[in-house]
Amino acid sequence: MKFVNNLIASKYFSFFVTVLLFMILYAVGIMTYKGFMRPQVFFNLFIDNAALIIVTVGVTFTLLIAGIDLSVGAVLALTCMMLAYLMENTGVSPALAVPAVLVVGTAFGAFQGYIITKFDLQPFIITLAGMFFCRGLTAVISRDTISISNPFYVGIASARIGVFGLGFVSVGAVVALLVLIVAAIVLGYTKLGRTIFAIGGNESSASLMGLPVFKTKVLVYTISGFCSALGGIAYSLIMLTGYNLHGLGMEMDAIASSVIGGTLLTGGVAFIPGTLFGVLIQGVILTFITFQGTLSAWWTKIVIGALLCVFIIMQAFITAHKSRLSSKSSLEQTTPKNGPANP
Amino acid sequence: MEKLKQFTSSSLFLPIVALAVLLIFNAVFVDGFLHIQLTEDGRLYGRLIDILNRSSSLVILSLGMTFVIATSGIDISVGAVVAISAAVVCTFIGGRGDGIPEHPMVLAMLAAVGAGVVCGIWNGLLVAKFKIQAVVATLILMTAGRGIAQLMTEGQIITVYYKPFSYISGTIPGNILPTTIFIAAAMVLLVVFLMKKTSIGLFVQSVGINPTASRFSGINVTLVIFLVYAFSGLCAGVSGLIESSLIRAADANNAGLNMEMDAILAVALGGTLLSGGKFYIGGSVIGAITIQTLTTTMYALGVSADQLPVVKAIAVIAICLIQSKRCQEIFDKWKARHMQPDNPEEKAVNKA
Repeated sequence: MKFVNNLIASKYFSFFVTVLLFMILYAVGIMTYKGFMRPQVFFNLFIDNAALIIVTVGVTFTLLIAGIDLSVGAVLALTCMMLAYLMENTGVSPALAVPAVLVVGTAFGAFQGYIITKFDLQPFIITLAGMFFCRGLTAVISRDTISISNPFYVGIASARIGVFGLGFVSVGAVVALLVLIVAAIVLGYTKLGRTIFAIGGNESSASLMGLPVFKTKVLVYTISGFCSALGGIAYSLIMLTGYNLHGLGMEMDAIASSVIGGTLLTGGVAFIPGTLFGVLIQGVILTFITFQGTLSAWWTKIVIGALLCVFIIMQAFITAHKSRLSSKSSLEQTTPKNGPANP
Repeated sequence: MEKLKQFTSSSLFLPIVALAVLLIFNAVFVDGFLHIQLTEDGRLYGRLIDILNRSSSLVILSLGMTFVIATSGIDISVGAVVAISAAVVCTFIGGRGDGIPEHPMVLAMLAAVGAGVVCGIWNGLLVAKFKIQAVVATLILMTAGRGIAQLMTEGQIITVYYKPFSYISGTIPGNILPTTIFIAAAMVLLVVFLMKKTSIGLFVQSVGINPTASRFSGINVTLVIFLVYAFSGLCAGVSGLIESSLIRAADANNAGLNMEMDAILAVALGGTLLSGGKFYIGGSVIGAITIQTLTTTMYALGVSADQLPVVKAIAVIAICLIQSKRCQEIFDKWKARHMQPDNPEEKAVNKA
């Protein structure tokens, strides 16, 4: 019983559940469909979800400080559209267009972060407005689909990087893995990462400890904006188009992946490898639907919604369980001390 | 002079001024804007009537949203619930080409409103019982809701040929005004009645200001929050009826699209703080009509529906900045330094 208690209270409980769920889903897939066994199916998870992985990392940062960023999907669409417009309609080379859109995305994130922190506004309302703003701006640039035909860009998009002769991954997938590694290092081993965790745990005590709360909060939204723009580039490498409705509802997918991967919505707790598995679970569900062939795409939305719900409610129970455990242990500690004092 | 000062500091000042500015702009630049005429079959017809007609579903939505925001929550699922309600009513009546309904229309309408209430109850359970942040709890339904609506209509757009169905958003023969105006008026009256004759309004406000203190003073906080979300669901259900009747079809992807933003904007414009507490039903109603006027004006200026969110997003951020305490403090400091008494609202708008 004690073992179970400790396991549930462990920092990585959500992570274990997620990895277990992923393995079960994958095993069911292998047993049901013949093609699931091929290693390429596994690599495809990374190729297809490269953009989502990158975006989710950004969202995880904002969730960590008990904030939220609902604008990620729209920033992604805006990035795709700007890339397509710059390269196709104005003939700017990709070497210039890619840094340009990254700067725009990052600046937009920084702007949102500044408003939220400076004026003490709710992050969801500002980022919701940001989401509508970017979607609208995408439509202002072009209401039609612009396809990217720049030979260099198309070359990058179709490049295949072999993995031990088992299969291949795309450039986007490699970028996504790099982002994951960098994020894990930043959160785990740098001053910035520690500050972010401290703010998520308790903002006023972080401030009293003399940590740069204002700067860090703005930086977190800036990181989220950068990740959305980078995700947009990865997305455009797959789609090779700019379109107003790209990444519709991606904010939900990203938040769901992050939560499924063990991020607490109340802030202060997140685990980057868990985030990866959160995305992979969604990828497996999508692969199931593709393999099955007759299920419709809207089932994904419903399943993800249900999954998110289950994990959020599980979180509520874990938090309640933890607080019960800690109150119990503090009781155990205090009673013997009081005992001898009052003979 | 005293009266004027009282009016400028009242919560209705901002929405009324915004509406007046928009109306004057329209009256000057749009031909025949103020013109209202009686058609041959005895209906009033004109742009003003049209704005009132189109704004009624938003008015209803913002009623529910006002209460939710007053408890310092938010409901971003209303757009998706509108889609669900639209899908339910159209599936019940059925898309038969000969215009014969598969179920009685009253039953279909009740089912649609019921579906809205069920969605609201779901949100209420998550927020009140499981203590999940309102944004995230309603985000679940915001995305999954459209999936559910698509599931009901099997991905098709169901077109209803049953004639009386169009009466909901049109006019019932013999009436002068569109039915939607009556529905909206009835909903507003119901809310005003509840506010005047019961203490629900006080409870909601108290929960929004301080839930812990409210609990200690004997208010069932969980129940109040739960009911508020259920009511928001009901409003979205009624709104869904109007939206589907307007196009006589259920379009799971586009019904009620971006309406959550409009509703939040209407409530914020009406003077209710997004951080909860004091709320103004009248302000929200005028706010909703203002938003619809803004939309109509933008369409008249040639802005397309998918570009419109840019304008509205800027409006939301501007209103948030005006409302924020920090912004007031910064402005007060600035005023103290320059010793120039000025109109605070005006300066805050400039700053935003």
